[in-house]
Amino acid sequence: MSTTVIVNIIRFILLIGAQVIIFDNMTLFGYANAFPYLLFILLFPVDGNKHVLLLSSFFLGLIMDMFDNSGGVHAASCLVLAYVRPAIFKFSFGLSYEYQTIRINDVLTPERFSFILIAVVVHHLTLFVLEFFRFAVWTILLRTLTSTIYTILMCVILIYLFKPSRR
Amino acid sequence: MQQILQFIVKNSTRLLFLLLLGISLALTIQAHSYHRSKVISSANFVTGGVYEHMNSVKEYFSLRTHNEELAKENAVLRGLLFDKQDSAKVPSIDSIRGVSRNNIVVAKVIHNSYNVYENYLTLNAGAKDGIKPDMGVMNSSGIIGIVDKVSKNYATVQSILNIRSSLNAKIKKSNHFGSLVWNGKNTGYVQLIDVPRLASVRKGDTIVTGGQSHIFPENIGIGTIDKIYIDNETHYYTINVKLFNDMTNLGYVYVIKSKNRDEVRQLEEETKGEHNRNR
Repeated sequence: MSTTVIVNIIRFILLIGAQVIIFDNMTLFGYANAFPYLLFILLFPVDGNKHVLLLSSFFLGLIMDMFDNSGGVHAASCLVLAYVRPAIFKFSFGLSYEYQTIRINDVLTPERFSFILIAVVVHHLTLFVLEFFRFAVWTILLRTLTSTIYTILMCVILIYLFKPSRR
Repeated sequence: MQQILQFIVKNSTRLLFLLLLGISLALTIQAHSYHRSKVISSANFVTGGVYEHMNSVKEYFSLRTHNEELAKENAVLRGLLFDKQDSAKVPSIDSIRGVSRNNIVVAKVIHNSYNVYENYLTLNAGAKDGIKPDMGVMNSSGIIGIVDKVSKNYATVQSILNIRSSLNAKIKKSNHFGSLVWNGKNTGYVQLIDVPRLASVRKGDTIVTGGQSHIFPENIGIGTIDKIYIDNETHYYTINVKLFNDMTNLGYVYVIKSKNRDEVRQLEEETKGEHNRNR
């Protein structure tokens, strides 16, 4: 087992714990929720196995669904995010992203920010569309907007808190 | 054959994605229908355990409010005893209507949700304590919801703040019935719909549970009338009800075991079956 695998397993457990214990209790104005647990999908190694990413995202979402009594909405939205992640990489960092080593958990540059922004919007939009399960455009858009801002804020704070020290 | 294998290998990521997406969408659709999947709920061993540990820390912060609630409830119960002939003598169970037909289990809310359309609570009591699905849940101020899923040690409750909840309720003064639903907007208010226009309703009147459901006993408090509308389609009253309970802050609750519930239900089903056959 390499260090990357162990680091990702620990991140998986810690992010679920933080989400359930801390962030689920931090609802703003009754409808803005932060879901920084999706950092796991964002920080997953760029050159990592795609099947492993899909499976682990699915189980990440499924565990969140168990805690929230929400059926399969987190699982579905995590899965969608994991599936479109390479496309977002391509859009944000340019075509040659696989050749350079991209580090998401580092100083915030426009590329990194756009990557996080698009990823969070994709995840939240899927999540709220499935959660409301009805044609309520304004509620869905409002929730997506407020929760996106909130989640990005929390993600950036978490990234800066746990930024690995430079060698 | 080789081409099929090649296709599978080439598109393995996409196929895996579609497979898992299918599973999660199936779970989502199942969750929106009446019979919900039992595995993906917070009544299971792991999630229930985590919520119980979290709650054991959190409950220290609300001890004061719980004490005040208990003192208030004691005062109300004490007030009931004053009217009896001998206030020192505790009335035997048979003399109070309702108690003989219902048993009460005390449980603690270990997880509470109120910010989505379909809200569920988790209780720290389950099948071991005699809780079954479709039992009523209330506290000293009023009703809270109906038991949904039960595991050995935990139970989930479909809160009245759930757009799929529908309860029989009535106006205390005039005995006019209606259905209690939630429009998903404000956690402090629920709506009483289909109240006949002949009912005399006034702002401030009390809404209580009706006697038509075998989930709740009659006359448990729900809330007071806040606003009255006339529905454009049905021309019935729609009443905005301000809840007695603060659904965002719940501690100990009572689960009501109705003793003759199974009998009533069986009788109703038999009647329904016979009626359908005669048609």
